[in-house]
Amino acid sequence: MFSLSRKDLTSLVVLAAIVLTMPIWLAPFGAAYPGLMQKFAIYAIFAVGFNILFGLTGYLSFGHAAFVGIGSYTAVWSFKLLTMDILPAMIFAVIISGLFALVIGYFCLRRTGIYFSILTLAFAQMCYSLAYSVLTPLTNGETGLLLAGNDPRYIDKMFGVTYGSGLPTPTFLGTTLGGYGGFYLTAIVLIVIFFISQKIFASPFGMALRGIKSNQTRMMYTGFNTKPYTLAAFVVSGMIAGLAGALLSVTDPLAGTERMRWTESGNVVLMTILGGVGTLFGPIVGAWLIKYFENIFSAINSNMLNNFFSFLPDGIQSLMVTVTSKFVGEGWHLTLGLMFVLIVVFLPGGLVEGAKRVAARFDRKKPRTGPAPAPQPAE
Amino acid sequence: MTKFHMNRRTLIKKAGLGAAALSTPYFFTKGAWADSFCNNPDTVGKIIFGFNVPQTGSYAEEGLEQLSGYKLAIKHLNGEGDGGLLNTFSPKTLKGNGVLGRKVEYVTGDTQTNTDAARDGARRMIERDGVIMVTGCVTTGEAVAQQSLCQEMGVIYMSGLTHGNETTGKDKRRYGFRHYFNAHQTGIAIAPILEREYGKERRAYHITADYNWGWSQEASMKAATEALGWETVAAIRTPLGLGDFSQYLTPVAHSGADILIINHYGHDMVNSLPQAVQFGLRERMANDKQFEIIVPMFSELMAVGAGDAVKGIIGTQNWNWQLDDAGSQAFTKSYGEEYGVPPSQSAHTGYVQALLYADAVERAGTFYPPEVIKALEGFEFDGMGNGPTLYRAEDHQCMKEVLVVRGNENPSSRFDVLNLIGKTPREEATYDPSIFEGELGPYEPNQC
Repeated sequence: MFSLSRKDLTSLVVLAAIVLTMPIWLAPFGAAYPGLMQKFAIYAIFAVGFNILFGLTGYLSFGHAAFVGIGSYTAVWSFKLLTMDILPAMIFAVIISGLFALVIGYFCLRRTGIYFSILTLAFAQMCYSLAYSVLTPLTNGETGLLLAGNDPRYIDKMFGVTYGSGLPTPTFLGTTLGGYGGFYLTAIVLIVIFFISQKIFASPFGMALRGIKSNQTRMMYTGFNTKPYTLAAFVVSGMIAGLAGALLSVTDPLAGTERMRWTESGNVVLMTILGGVGTLFGPIVGAWLIKYFENIFSAINSNMLNNFFSFLPDGIQSLMVTVTSKFVGEGWHLTLGLMFVLIVVFLPGGLVEGAKRVAARFDRKKPRTGPAPAPQPAE
Repeated sequence: MTKFHMNRRTLIKKAGLGAAALSTPYFFTKGAWADSFCNNPDTVGKIIFGFNVPQTGSYAEEGLEQLSGYKLAIKHLNGEGDGGLLNTFSPKTLKGNGVLGRKVEYVTGDTQTNTDAARDGARRMIERDGVIMVTGCVTTGEAVAQQSLCQEMGVIYMSGLTHGNETTGKDKRRYGFRHYFNAHQTGIAIAPILEREYGKERRAYHITADYNWGWSQEASMKAATEALGWETVAAIRTPLGLGDFSQYLTPVAHSGADILIINHYGHDMVNSLPQAVQFGLRERMANDKQFEIIVPMFSELMAVGAGDAVKGIIGTQNWNWQLDDAGSQAFTKSYGEEYGVPPSQSAHTGYVQALLYADAVERAGTFYPPEVIKALEGFEFDGMGNGPTLYRAEDHQCMKEVLVVRGNENPSSRFDVLNLIGKTPREEATYDPSIFEGELGPYEPNQC
């Protein structure tokens, strides 16, 4: 059950090493603080889950953020009603988002291609609007669902667990998670999810999903019922998205509607495409890149640019600052868009394809895998 | 390719090894944070304030104004410029040589008018940039989110422009402080003026921004107007940042209401008020009375943005640059010299909050948060433009006078948009803190 091919095991070990040493190698980039590293891990989980659907079956869902939101709300409600322990919160979040994915997937998967995308977008917008206005008693609308000191927490009461004065913080089997504790929790969940995704990629189930991607009609003509397969993929990726949502609430116990916005659904598509659709590492790389841009690039202001370009003569300095300031701060989306266009045009396989090409160039042992020179006709 | 098999024994072994490897960095970092309190400037090596305001989104304009106020406060604290309110602030403790003799630095963040982003920004400031104090916000959502985070982290949060009752009511925190007034005080201040202007028999229709500030202002305005004998016809909630409010304004004309109360702020109000005026609501007669519009919470920036539509509209304010006390004039002067325009109340409250924190540290003689909190609680001061003011210990709300203003019919300049028509003295604006539930929580600082 836990066996992996040697290649997969190497990539799992490499990933584990990269993720767990984040506090060290992210330091020069100014990103080695728990708040952001947690986001890195959580959004990587989200993207890996999304890739199981999009990368393997080719079904492009534009509504995956809905499951993140559902997971978040479920987790916070579990904190409010049951216990501050994170395990029930995560388990319930996965179950509830799985149920939603089952219902939404059942309807949406009746269509393929663009119609499927539009349907998922419609469902996600419905979830968002419900959370934003109709279901405000459950979601607290724009303000977001917060913990309160007088929440019932029935299970905690039953066992006589108290949290002193002030707001309780989530605990893992009795120990509170600090900033770094929260990061290592999310990092371990990311490694586990990566492992699951590897198993799915290597399994006959994954093979069937790839078959659906390359030609669904042909699969059906061979007597293969594709419906349960696509639905299973949809539900699994929905559950992983729900888990990511739960982790957002675990590391920071609140849930807001903005997690369900269509821009968030779009973001995960960007992450996956940027990194490389259908590859194991791609979505993770994409998620990190986008989250890094969002948090670090958006925080750069013209003052910092002035300092950065201070070695240049005055005129050129102000010119450089004017030009670059359009691409940082609130203009970081511009940088992201530009990068996205470049990658889609020149590296359709995403950054992972880019890395492979670079590796191939430096790998002298293997012959280059270009098309063999066409044999010249004899004279 | 060869398959790599793993049996249970090796798995357990490897899991054990992995767990040991995982925990190593945790023990390393644990020691690094073991300090008497979060981001002690002696450990960080610098005194850094974190200014987290919306620079994009619905309330961006107010946020940028607030940031200008903060930057000016840093200048004055460090002894640059003309000193501003440092000269009028009494009791006088700050000397203009930084805080506890050391220069103050700052970092900024963009909350995007969004609760989640506000919290992320505050976390970045606390965990990465090592700030000793976080301040700034333009929505009550941001304020509540940041102040509960700051309580968890053990860092003091001085809220910016937040008017909802929650900030110092239901969601108050030991580590959160508010200088700005609130919706409940707006209700107290505006009711007598409304009675004088519009009488006792009115039917009011509310449109309300759908988040905690909107809800609390709607509740406070309902309570205040119903006490006058007014009737509430309906209260409609609108999403934040909508742009076009016509679908919510159309039903007003035929609802039997003769007053429209717009519980909107920032861009929302800049859009909804002119739309309501364009609908011809103010020319209407309803129930044999002139139809009127009220915007309970006003700001200069909104009044400028809404243009002619604000003429004659009544609302309340925390502070106005046209006040003639020494503090207000000093602030208007140094802000005008720095930026070329008169300050808004958003800039004022930010500026004052930064100074109040610095002053509390100076008086406490330490950055240790519980001591600073005790220095702020029950602190009585003057000369900041709002008359004698008390930082109430029970709920960390400032008690001071409230201004009632009306949109200027004949503005003499672009900034002369609001006329002062009433000042509710501090004694009247003071209310019993126990009407809102919620508790402050412990003094003991958490480790971040």
